Amino acid sequence: MAGPRRSRWLLAGLVAASLGAAAALTAPELLVNGLLLGCALALGAVGLSAAYGILKFIHLAHGEFMTLGAYLALFFLMEVLPALGLDSAGLGLFTFGYALLLALPAAMAGASLAAVGLDWAVYGPLRRRSAAPIVMAMASLGVAFALRALVQMVWGNGIHQYPRASREFIQLPLDIRVPPDYLFLGAAAGIMALLLQVFLARTRIGRAMRATADNPVLARVSGINTEATIRWAWVVSAFLAAAAGVLLATANAQLRPELGWNLLIPLFAAAVLGGMGSIYGALTGALVVGVAMEVSTQWLNPSYKSAVAFGILLLCLLFRPGGLFGERE
Amino acid sequence: MLEIVNYLAGFAILASVYAVLALGLNVHWGVTGLMNIGIAGFFALGAYTTALLTTPPPDPAKFEQFVFGGNLPGLFQRWGVGGDLWFLAGLAAAALVCALVALLIGLVTLRLREEYLAIVTLGIAETIRRVFLNESWLGNGSRGLYQIPKFLGNLAAPWLYDLLYAGVALALLLALFFIVERTLRSPWGRVLRAIREDEVTAAASGKNVFRFKLQAFVLGALIMGIGGGVYAHGFRFIDPFTFDPLLATFIVWVMLMVGGSGKSAGALLGALVIWGAWSGSQLLPGYLSNPNLRYLLLGVAMVLVLLLRPQGLLGRR
Repeated sequence: MAGPRRSRWLLAGLVAASLGAAAALTAPELLVNGLLLGCALALGAVGLSAAYGILKFIHLAHGEFMTLGAYLALFFLMEVLPALGLDSAGLGLFTFGYALLLALPAAMAGASLAAVGLDWAVYGPLRRRSAAPIVMAMASLGVAFALRALVQMVWGNGIHQYPRASREFIQLPLDIRVPPDYLFLGAAAGIMALLLQVFLARTRIGRAMRATADNPVLARVSGINTEATIRWAWVVSAFLAAAAGVLLATANAQLRPELGWNLLIPLFAAAVLGGMGSIYGALTGALVVGVAMEVSTQWLNPSYKSAVAFGILLLCLLFRPGGLFGERE
Repeated sequence: MLEIVNYLAGFAILASVYAVLALGLNVHWGVTGLMNIGIAGFFALGAYTTALLTTPPPDPAKFEQFVFGGNLPGLFQRWGVGGDLWFLAGLAAAALVCALVALLIGLVTLRLREEYLAIVTLGIAETIRRVFLNESWLGNGSRGLYQIPKFLGNLAAPWLYDLLYAGVALALLLALFFIVERTLRSPWGRVLRAIREDEVTAAASGKNVFRFKLQAFVLGALIMGIGGGVYAHGFRFIDPFTFDPLLATFIVWVMLMVGGSGKSAGALLGALVIWGAWSGSQLLPGYLSNPNLRYLLLGVAMVLVLLLRPQGLLGRR
């Protein structure tokens, strides 16, 4: 066991180190921004990978959870909180106000409610009929388009923005300039990753989730309620996706209905690179993909960012289809 | 009167194109169980291939940005080949390009877990769309190609071209339908169905599962490429936005699932029903014709079919 595992880490380290070195030499600013954006991708990819680990199908509506979360936050920021006299922008060095700190958890809760509802209405019935994983994936594609259409019906097809005040970029050493909201994004993502780690390692539900991901049959035999575990998996996955959506909409200073759909390929690239189903793998994969996407803009049209992620995905499937941390195919 | 005829002709052309795409998807998903969610990519490749081969070279006076227009109709005329045979050459090239791309995708993904094909086709479709959007030297960028020649344009007055072409598209669709049906009824088609039902058993009976899947994937993609070609000469304008995942991938899936996955006739029926409902609802009054509402209903239709009638209208359990 020691051999392959060590080589796996060695390979991951090599990939990360060479990417990092190339990036640091050519574009330190893009490297830093890429790492911070990678944090947002990580939140999305972790949820995608965890859902795959437990539900055993690729959830194509995961990007739409991000979109939904971001728009729910918009709803709270524009309608609910101002009605309570809680509208604000420009908290300290950030463009957003403390209202966002209230809207973020509310949006996360709303998105996980939607996920549990979808499981009840769509995925659960299919699962009980033991539909093939690929049929579940098809259903999730239908759900993705329906959710996207719903968002566009309610909020229109145009671009929105959270309430914001203009703020200076933050000047770091090496002439690196970072938008302040990116720092918030990185910090918030880091905190959530830590909370997730505690949840998975310390709580009964978290341990049940890991057990189910490892071996569903064995988990059921040892008395784990797999249906409840699956519901929790949806909650966690939508929670993180919504957080990623809100943080990205904040950091990008704009919100479009395509937000989540356009990130689907980068998310899958991160999850596959980390090994589908592996949570820590997805985290690492997302950082690598995030940096690669940002640094590529040094040479490539930024419109190709998702193509860069797709390139990583292809290379990974060609040379290491099990991912850096996953099991061998 | 003429307006109605032209409307119906336009409807028939698009319905035929969608039916061809659904026919290809049926080879992938319905018969072999391959999940291709990048139909838009093959659709675009097919359309751009024949469009670029037949469009006249760019005109500097019009500030056209693309560098290559094959002008096949002109070349065929110079070679003394009449009868608008360049059309078939364009379609063949469209099919060939799609087959090659499918071969590459298949070589990478078809040995792996089945979900990887879905992810990769999704990515390739998006990448193709972005390449045509950004590389304006290739396909004139977002301005698109607008001088795609008419097939048999000399035979009909300009206002009757749509009607004529609707006949061409329908004839091509029927021809493809019979060829595909024939192929799927052969022993080769039976192996594909066996793979869909149980890969392990198929492999145990000595079938090279990977190779059969690869052949099926290439065949389906080739059909989709022809669909793209038929579209290009029917509307004679294409741009990257034509190949949006919603109207070029998802709606084809809904068509096949509603019509009855696994049957070529189901693909045809689904294309007719869904395209009829889609374009018919455009005429509804007020909010009912809102595109977002119709998108929502498409998504819901997909989920409902999977939940309530997975065999679709024509299929059996």
